[in-house]
Parts: sequence; C-alpha cells; structure tokens
Amino acid sequence: MSIDRATVDYVARLARLALTEDERERFTRQLADILHHFAMLQSVNTERVEPTADVNAPANVVRDDVPGRCLSRDAVLAAAPESEDGYLKVPAVIDTEPVP
Amino acid sequence: MVGHALERIARHDPTLHAFLHVAGEEALDAARRWDDRYARGGDALPPLAGLPVALKDNLCAQGMPTTAGSRILAGWMPPYDATVVARLREAGAVLIGKTNLDEFAMGSSTENSAFGPTRNPWDPSRVPGGSSGGSAAAVAAGFVPAALGSDTGGSIRQPAGFCGVVGLKPTYGRVSRYGLIAFASSLDQIGPLTRTVADAALLLRVLAGRDPRDATSVELPAPELVGEGAGGVRGMKIGLPGEALGEGLQPDVRAAVEEAAAVLRGQGATLVNVALPSLAYALPVYYLIATSEASTNLARYDGVRYGLRVGGGDLYQMYAQTRGQGFGAEVKRRIMLGTYALSAGFYEGFFLKAQRVRTLIRRDFEAAFTAADLLLLPTSPTVPFTLGEKTDDPLQMYLADVYTIPVNLAGLPAVSVPCGFAGGLPIGMQLIGRAFAEGALLQAARTYERATEWWTRRPAAWS
Repeated sequence: MSIDRATVDYVARLARLALTEDERERFTRQLADILHHFAMLQSVNTERVEPTADVNAPANVVRDDVPGRCLSRDAVLAAAPESEDGYLKVPAVIDTEPVP
Repeated sequence: MVGHALERIARHDPTLHAFLHVAGEEALDAARRWDDRYARGGDALPPLAGLPVALKDNLCAQGMPTTAGSRILAGWMPPYDATVVARLREAGAVLIGKTNLDEFAMGSSTENSAFGPTRNPWDPSRVPGGSSGGSAAAVAAGFVPAALGSDTGGSIRQPAGFCGVVGLKPTYGRVSRYGLIAFASSLDQIGPLTRTVADAALLLRVLAGRDPRDATSVELPAPELVGEGAGGVRGMKIGLPGEALGEGLQPDVRAAVEEAAAVLRGQGATLVNVALPSLAYALPVYYLIATSEASTNLARYDGVRYGLRVGGGDLYQMYAQTRGQGFGAEVKRRIMLGTYALSAGFYEGFFLKAQRVRTLIRRDFEAAFTAADLLLLPTSPTVPFTLGEKTDDPLQMYLADVYTIPVNLAGLPAVSVPCGFAGGLPIGMQLIGRAFAEGALLQAARTYERATEWWTRRPAAWS
C-alpha cells in the first residue's frame, strides 16, 4: 500500500506534529517501506477470529465510588510550563480562526 | 555497597553513559539509615535492605527527574512514585538513579535516547541493546546488582542478551504498570535485570501483585523463590519452534542456543519440536498495535501540563511545535504509523486486522504449550551490533526483536539468560513459559544457569 505526501501531511495534522521539510520527505519514504512490509497481513485468513484487545480478558474493573487521595495541586502546578492563580495557562482555546 | 556503586559509576559511567541521573546524596543517606538499622538488630530487615537498584528512566520516582529519554520531558519531576518504585522502597532498596533508554522505550539499541546512547560494557563500540540499554549496561558493568527495565517488544530481554545478564519479562498483569510512562498499554510490562536468575526471582516477588491503580494487574500469589532447584528440569518438555531458527539468525547464535538445548536435555528435560506458524506475522502485528497504542498514549505530551512547551503561536501551533521539537525521529515515525493505522478508513484494515492476527498468535502459543512446558528460542538473531550500524533503516532495527515480540503479543512470561559468546560478545537464550508460570520458567532458567558458567563471566574493564 502506498503513502503519499498529502497523506503524510494529513496524518501529521491529526497527530499534531509539526514536521520539517526533511522529515516530510524522509517519513514519506520510510513509512511507505514499512507499510509495504506490513501488507503481508492481508493474506492471513482471520474470518471469524475475534480481535485481542487484552490478553487476560478482564471484566470491567471498578472500585467503590468513594473519594480517595489525589495529587497535591502545588506539586502538579510546579511542573506546569505556565500557570496563574492555581490554573494552567494556555493560548486561547476558542478563537475566530478555524484549526487548519 | 552503595558507596562502592557510586564510586564505580563516577569512574566508568562517563564512558558507558548508562545513567541519566545519579541520586548520590539520597542514596548514601538511605544506605546509612539501613546500616544503622542493621547494627541495632531487632526487627528483621526487609528483603532488599540496603541493596542498590537502578531504575529505567520511564519509571516515575519522586524526587528524581524522569525524562523517558526525551527532550519533551527534560527536567520533569514526577509528583508520585510508580507502584514498583514504592514497593522497592518498602523492601529497603536504595534507589541509585535513572538509567538511559530509547526515547519512550521505542527502540532496540538505546541510540534513540535524546541524551546520547549507552555503550555495551563488553565492547563500547557496540550497542547495549534497547530499550532498557542503560539498565542492562549498569548491571553488566557491575555498577548495581539489579535494575528495573520495561519490556513491550523485548526491551528487557534483548538488552539483557546483548549485555550478558538475566532479564525477565513477567506475564502481562503480574506487575503493576502504574507510574510506568506508557508506550503500548496492552504490551508493556516492568521487570528486573540482574546477574543471576535467583536475583531476578527475588526482585519479582517484591514487584509482583495486584494494584488497585492498575486495573490490568492480577490478584495471584507471588511466585516461589528459586531454591536449589529441587527437580530442576527433570520431566519438563522444552519446545523448539523450528521456524524461529531460520533466516537472519547468525550461525554463532544458532550454535549457542542449540548447545543450550543440549545442556537442558543433559539435565533431564525432553526436547520436542513445536510449530508456531503465525510467528512470521508477529512483526507487522506488533508494529501496528504498539504504534497505534503509542499514538494514543503520547497524545498527552502537548505542552499543557508538564514538560516542554514551545510557545509563541496559537493553541494548535503550541501542540504541533512542542511535539515536533520535543519528540525524536523514531517517536514521531511511530506516532505517524499508529495514527494512520487508527484513522477513519484504515482502522479495520490495519489495527483490527492486526488484533485478529494477534489472536491467532496467542492460539499458536496455546497449542504449543499442550506439547511443551517451556519454549526455547534465541533472544536475538545477532550478537550486539555497532553503534550507528542500523540507525539508517528503521525496518532493519525492528527485525532485531523478531524473537521477543511474539511473547508480548501473547502476554506470556519470558526470561533471557546468558548462553555463550561469539568474538567476546554475549549471546542470550530465551525461555518462554505459560501465563503466570514464572515459577517453572525461573526454575528451568536457574537449572541451566547453574549447569554452565556463563553467569560468572564479567566484562573485564569496569572494576
């Protein structure tokens, strides 16, 4: 299966990865090679075979709805790139420009 | 012991670069406290009291920076301990520091670390393997008797093989993953790298057990310590998967593993042939599932709450530039692959298809274990390669894990044990057990170990 530059750009946008021109070039080539190698999977007969999501097949694991300890806000904010008044600070989330 | 460890690290680690962070002062303080307790007598000491242990730098330890080998987390200090770290502390271990790894555990040589590679103590022009290369090198060079690693596609076993030490990947669910920086959540497991099988068994007892904070961890009694091997491998059937010993396997490695099989037979095991036909598909299955899960797990590195933030633009630019500049090439490549495999129109054909073939691989193992109690394979197809040898071709690098990957897909326990040398370079053999059968697995590994002398060999240069 082939992968072209437009696809690489589309996937990079989905993954929120800014790629350099050099990376776009290199990844297009390398991803195409890798996917070509993976094409062999198509020939495997998986009719009526269930996908494995988890090897130990657990049921839903839940705990009682009782509040427990959580991380201290100070410890968490200490790691934040930007914070103000106990909040994390980021560029405007709602904007007039649509996301590309 | 701790002082000795720190001294050796100070002297030799500038060459080997096994460590990203050494917690010298804290380690010495902790060691002194254990010395005091020992001198005072009284209560029994916990099992690892005073033992220096190193941690792969994708394990969160309060008070130590955790980078996952990436610029995107450079300088980040976790506000909590991983469960395995808490268990080590409770058992008395002295945490010496954080070891080098391929960025986000993605790699087979530790060359993908954003902070430079680690060198193999047996030959510093060669790789120690990966992604737990720092931990493997630290144990091989005698800096610490034990280190923790993580294994998603072979990242404990392969570096253990390349460095001539023991590396154990427990059954999926045996050890809590809480506090392990996630790569692929259905494949990751934490495990020990040690000089002997008995040490690995001891560490496993400390680490294993149900943790309410990891819903995939399982409630089971800890495996027995490996004793003087009552029973050894008498009556055990050891399966040899014929097609594993195929192309790409170096003749020296093949010979060493065949010799290991003969040793086990000499100790009373029966060798049987088993078929694992779907092994041929393991590589693409793994790289589709692992990268898909990784693309999700690494979405959290976005410049918002922790780590690197590249500012100056709008929200989208913050995400894209932070991730574009913070992640290395291999990580970006895998995120791209995983994102593609999960995207609309491709999810069924890539990700789900891989998950179905994964079921076939699991069934193959189940069938093999009706004929055998343990399976024996080489750990890697080759001896350690030189730095830079495989960095140009990602696919070539992926092939280094061809014997270890299937085990993670099936969630089984496996151990790599030294089984020889070629040109002075270590060769590892891999034993694979049934799910949760670490007892039998380690018993067989120890029997082999004690019947040979590989475990006594040390690389000369690092005392």
